[in-house]
Parts: sequence; structure tokens; C-alpha cells
Amino acid sequence: MVPELGQFALILALILAVAQGTLPLIGAARGVAPWMGLARPAAQGQFVFVAIAFGCLTYSFVNNDFSVLYVASNSNTTLPLQYRIAAVWGGHEGSLLLWVLMLTLWTMAVSVFSDRLPDDIVSRVLGVLGLISVGFLCFMLFTSNPFDRLLPAAMDGRDLNPLLQDPGMVFHPPMLYMGYVGFSVAFAFAIAALLSGRLDATWARWSRPWTTLAWMFLTLGIALGSWWAYYELGWGGWWFWDPVENASFMPWLMGTALIHSLAVTEKRGAFKSWTVLLAIFAFALSLLGTFLVRSGVITSVHAFATDPKRGIFILAFLVIVIGGSLILFAWRAHRVGLGGRFDRVSRESFLLLNNVMLVVATGSVLLGTLYPLFLDALGLGKISVGPPYFDTVFVALMAPALFLMGVGPLARWKQASLPELATRLKWAFAVAVVGALLLPLTMGKWTPLATFGFLLALWIVASSVTTLWSRLKQTPAAGLGAKLRTQSRSYYGMLLAHVGVAVFVVGVTMVKSYEAEKDVRLAVGEAVELGGYAFRLDALNEVTGPNYRAMRGTLTVTRDGAAVRTMYPEKRIYNVQKNAMTEAAIDTGFTRDLYVSLGEPVGNNAWLVRVQVKPFVDWIWGGCVLMALGGLLSVLDRRYRVAVRARAEAVAAAGTAAAG
Amino acid sequence: MKRWLWPLVIFLVLAVFLGVGLTLNPREVPSPLIGKPAPPFQLPQLHDPEKTFSQKDMAGKVWLLNVWASWCGPCREEHPIWVDLAKTNVVPIYGLNYKDKRSDSMAWLQRYGDPYVLSASDLKGSIGIDYGVYGVPETYVIDKQGIIRFKQIGPVTPAVLKEKILPLIAKLNGNA
Repeated sequence: MVPELGQFALILALILAVAQGTLPLIGAARGVAPWMGLARPAAQGQFVFVAIAFGCLTYSFVNNDFSVLYVASNSNTTLPLQYRIAAVWGGHEGSLLLWVLMLTLWTMAVSVFSDRLPDDIVSRVLGVLGLISVGFLCFMLFTSNPFDRLLPAAMDGRDLNPLLQDPGMVFHPPMLYMGYVGFSVAFAFAIAALLSGRLDATWARWSRPWTTLAWMFLTLGIALGSWWAYYELGWGGWWFWDPVENASFMPWLMGTALIHSLAVTEKRGAFKSWTVLLAIFAFALSLLGTFLVRSGVITSVHAFATDPKRGIFILAFLVIVIGGSLILFAWRAHRVGLGGRFDRVSRESFLLLNNVMLVVATGSVLLGTLYPLFLDALGLGKISVGPPYFDTVFVALMAPALFLMGVGPLARWKQASLPELATRLKWAFAVAVVGALLLPLTMGKWTPLATFGFLLALWIVASSVTTLWSRLKQTPAAGLGAKLRTQSRSYYGMLLAHVGVAVFVVGVTMVKSYEAEKDVRLAVGEAVELGGYAFRLDALNEVTGPNYRAMRGTLTVTRDGAAVRTMYPEKRIYNVQKNAMTEAAIDTGFTRDLYVSLGEPVGNNAWLVRVQVKPFVDWIWGGCVLMALGGLLSVLDRRYRVAVRARAEAVAAAGTAAAG
Repeated sequence: MKRWLWPLVIFLVLAVFLGVGLTLNPREVPSPLIGKPAPPFQLPQLHDPEKTFSQKDMAGKVWLLNVWASWCGPCREEHPIWVDLAKTNVVPIYGLNYKDKRSDSMAWLQRYGDPYVLSASDLKGSIGIDYGVYGVPETYVIDKQGIIRFKQIGPVTPAVLKEKILPLIAKLNGNA
């Protein structure tokens, strides 16, 4: 009964989505107010029905209803409750339902927080979101129905993949999808602007907080995924350039370009058509990611079970949505005009350069991800593109962008002077160079890579401090506290996000340059030394979990004779799917992680054990959290909450505002 | 208006490729080398670089050549299959350690098990070119006359092993 209710709710949601995707758009084009008025209730009703469907599927999981095929394939009676709930998005169908739930959630949020927007814009934005929803609901109902019955019902389920039985599974996909799907709002605003022909600073101001919010979720989602891979896959890597990781990373890069470009459009009215294009691309890459994961064109550890029908459906959808948008773009964008003019050396030009580099970096990741497919399609053979390509190309492309991060915020809008910038930044640069030369020495080994990484990180921090300092000097308020308080939240948000990048760079640099690892055969009572730590294997015990059996090692870690930590790495065998899983034991610290994992048994109560010391590895994710917090701060800026006055006034104000 | 159409054109080209991609199986590859003699090489052995290994050493035997590298994720995926197969002694497995660092590859074997009779070090990947290595891992079945009879690109799955490789080896061993 409950699954049928869920299915019925999905069908009702589809009907509402069709209404939401057609009438308000026509109403906006023809100026029919009642049709436009449909947009909000339809969006909210759609959310309610999708939420009901989601609730029904969750109910089936929680109550172990194995007459539902999807539940039987992804759950088991012995699966703990929290993973039965997370299993809702553990497979293709359910994760698609999560996708749609997120989409309707964003749509509803737009419908609620858009009082100040003109009716025609709201109708268009919600209309576009409704059309996207139509596509995904059809996709689900026609090719991937999570409520399909299995008759006769299975006695027990096939269980959730053990890799996914982890707290990471509870948080990572919802966070990631919030980000992914959130770019649909930026996309819808861009399309609404193209449709209405009103592509101006106000449009940028409306769509900016939504874009930043989506970017924030995506940042957290990717970071969570990376952290999860780090501790769950059991060998201590944190990024693999897997096609599916790339699929989430490309929208992030494009989204990063987009939020910077939106800043210029809002403040200076420039880059308008470019910003629209980025908004389309960011969402296109989100859709492309969905296609890559679910169609089977690319081999990846993340890929869902594949079905060519699904691939064709998503591809057709992709072509209609993105192809249609780009036709609209070609038709309308040339009328937009160029907006404010700017000098070759100005904050605009620096941001443009940053944009170009981010887009090129996205392109290089896209190329690397799809290159095997291109060659295959052309009959030129099969290849795989690995981390060596991505590491080389990506670092080379991002280094200049990171350098510009120090310069951009200090440069004036419209026209800046290079000699003046050089004067203002000389101390920051000096600090960065000296620090970069000395810091690697404190780690005991000098490498060019470490120096380069420190140079970039220190440069970003030092130039951010310089920027803040010079801005405070120009602030008329009395006293440092008052001066600090007058700066806008979005300004602090920018600084925080940039410092986050620096923290991230430090993490990557330290790990890449100074991580140490050893694979050793350890019998009970034996010890191994690494990086100043002694790891002694004290015991090996068999333990039984709710749905697995495991061998658990007990290792005592000491440093100079003093106990640091007792660690319990496990090798688990899950009862249903019989997969062996390495559960690494990690001692997390501010300046280093200790990482111990069990390899294989080698007889006589001995195991192959891998011990690793990873300096500053948590800074990688810490940096991402700072970036996300920076995004959050910007969204909380007062100007988004203060009522927007007449458009003309806003545009005029934008011309003089200096905030970043 | 023309320059505004470029994004659309680029997107459509991409879409065509994606469409073609749907019809392809990324794991299946025909190889021009099948039926041809295995390209000659003489490479230092991984564990004992003083000694060398050549495809000529294997004349008169049916053997497997598995191209692997410690930096290759899919190699880890297929590795347990080789470890299990090595225990059965059905066929000798030789490794071609491709574009790798010696220390990394030794550590990798120690960690995941060493199913290879020995591995030859192709540090620069030049022999890989002769063998048309597209991506790692790759696996070749070579017969007693030194002719390549089968090639798998990407990880060998239990199904490929059971349905293709093992029957082929049985046949090759039976014929002579």
C-alpha cells in the first residue's frame, strides 16, 4: 500500500510540475497574471508530493518491505537503522528520487524567498525549474521507478554495498546533491533573464546568493566525499581523479568561476553574457555528471548498474535542456550589450583572467574524463587517463589562478595600476617568499614542490591580510573594532574562502611532500617505527558486528616512549555480500594523522600492516570547510536581506559600491 | 550572431560523442596484435634487476602477461583474481610493471600479494608501446609459439577469466 501511495504521489508531482513548467512561462510571456500566480502554489505542492514519495520509500526501507524490488536490492534485515535510511539513496532509483527531492526543495525555497522579485521573473524562474523537474520525474517514472514491486517478495534483501555502510553515506550524497542540483536555480535565473531580456545588475544580485549557497553545499559535499574515501577505502588516498569525482568537481570549478563572474555583473554590470553562459555550463556539467554516472559510458568505481535506456533518456534530456538554452543564448545574448568598460589592468580584468583559468581547468578535467570516450568513439582505440595527467595539467593551470587570488581583491574596479599594486603587495610577496624557503626546512627536507606550495599558500594569506589592512585604513570609523565591524559580511566571506584555499594548499603540499608509509609484516608483540612514532601490535582478535565479522588489531602507538593512542584497525567480512572491507584506524591530529590499516594475514598470527603518517592532511578538508563558511558568510550579507529598492537605484548604487 | 553560436556547436559535438559512447562498451577492445607474435623485449626483472627476462624465455609454454602498475586503481581491483589463479598453478603469470617506480611496485606487491612468477620492469613504458598498451591493466595470453592469442584491456573480471581465458589456456595446452 505504502509504495503505491509513493508512486501516486510521484505522478501527482509530475502533473504539478507540468503545470508549473508551462502556464507560468506562457503567463509571463503574455502578461496573464493568474497564470503566473500558479507558479508558487504548484512549486510548493510539488515539493509536498515528492517529499511524500520520499517518505514512502524511506518507510519501506525502515520496515524492511522486500516486496519492493529496490528495497530488496539495497537493504537487509540485519542492516542497522541509520544505514537502512541512507540506503534510500544507495542505488540508482532512490538517488534519483533524492535528486528530485533536492530540486523541489530548492524550487520551494525560491518560491518562498522571492517576495521582492517581480512576478514575471519569479514565474519564469519557477517555470524553468518546473520543466527540469518534469524531465527528472518522467525519467524516474518511465525508466527507474523506485516503487516497482517484486512478487513474490524476497525473504531478505541483498544488502547495501558494505562500502556504503558508513556515516559518510548518510551525509555525503544529500550534501553533494544539494550543491549539484542547486546550480539549477542559477541556471533558471539565467534562462529567466534571457527570456525576459532583462539581463542586468539586479538579475545578478538576485541569483548570487542562490549560486553561492549551491556552491557552498557542493564544496562541503565534495569535501565529505573525499574525506570518506580517505578513511573508508583503507589506503589513505583522498582524491583519485575518478570520472565520477571529476563529474562533481567540474560543476564546482565552473560554479567557482560563476560566483566570481556574478560579482562583476552585480557590481559593474559587465560580463553579463559570459555570466549567463557560465550559469548554463555549471548546470550542464551537473547534468553531464548525472549522465556519466548512470549511463555506463565511462568505467568507474562509482558507476551505478547501467541500462542503455537510461543513458539515452538522460542524453536526450541533456540535449533538450542545454541545447535549448544555448540556442536561446545565441538568440538573445548578443542584444545584452557589454556593460561597464574597464581597463586592461583592473579588478574586472583580473576576475576575467581568473574566470578564463577556471574554465580552462574545467575543460582540461572534462577532456581527461572524456578522452577515453572520444578516442573510442572515433575508433582510435582505448585508453585510460590517470592521475599523472590530471595532477600535471591541473596544478599548472591552477597555480596562476591562485597567484591572482592575491592580486584581484586589492585591485581597483575599472582601472588599476600595476606599479601601485606591486608596491602595496611587496611585503606580502616578501613574506611569502621567505616563508616558503624556510618552512620546508622545519620539516627536515627541502623540496621544490613544498616550497612552491607554501609560496602560494603564504601569498594568499599575506595578500589577504594586506587587502584587509588597506581596506581598514580607508574606513572612516574610529578604532579598530569599529572599522572591522563596518566591513560587510560578504567581504569577510571572500577573505575566509580565500584563506580556506590557502589552508587547502598547505594540506595538499604537506601530504604530497612529507607523508610517510610503511608496509610491514607484524606478528603480535612486534613493532614498527615511522616518522618518530612506534606502532606495536598488541593483539589480534575476532570480533562480530551487527552484520559482519572482523579481525581487529590492537596497536599501541608511542612517541619517545610516551603513549599516544591505541588504535583498532579492522578487516571486515560482511555476511550478505561477502566483501572484505578494510576499516582503517585513524588518529586525527591538527598537524598529522596516523593511519593504520590491516592488509592480508600472512600466517602465524601475523598480518601485513600498513602504517602511514600524514602531516596536515586534515587541513585539506579544513580548507574546504573554510571555503564553505566563506560562502555562507557572503549569503548572510545584509544587502540580500534589505529590501531592494527601485531597480534604477540599485544599478546606480552598484556602480559606486566597492565591496568585493 | 555567429560567435554566440559557438557554445551550442561545441555542446552538440560533445553530445554526439556521448551518444556514440552509449553504443560502445568501454571494456571491450579488439587488438591488431592477436594472432601475431608477441613483440620481443628484454627487460630487467623487478625483484632482481641484475637478471633480465625476455619473451623468448617462455618459448614452448602457454603463459599470461599482465601489465600492471602500483599507481593503477583498476589493477588493484583485478589483483585478487591473479593471486587466486597463481595458487592453482594452471598457468604461469608474468608481470610487466609499467611506468612505475621500483620501490612503489615492490611495496604494492608486498601489500596485495605477488602472483607473478616474476615481473619485468618497463620503467619508461617503451615495451608497452610495442604491445599497444592503451591503459593499465592489460592482460595477454601467449601460446607456445609465442603468438598472442588473447588480449584483455582493463581489469579481468571473474567472468572473463572463467569464460574466455581459462578455456583458451586449456585449449592451447591441449593442442600441442
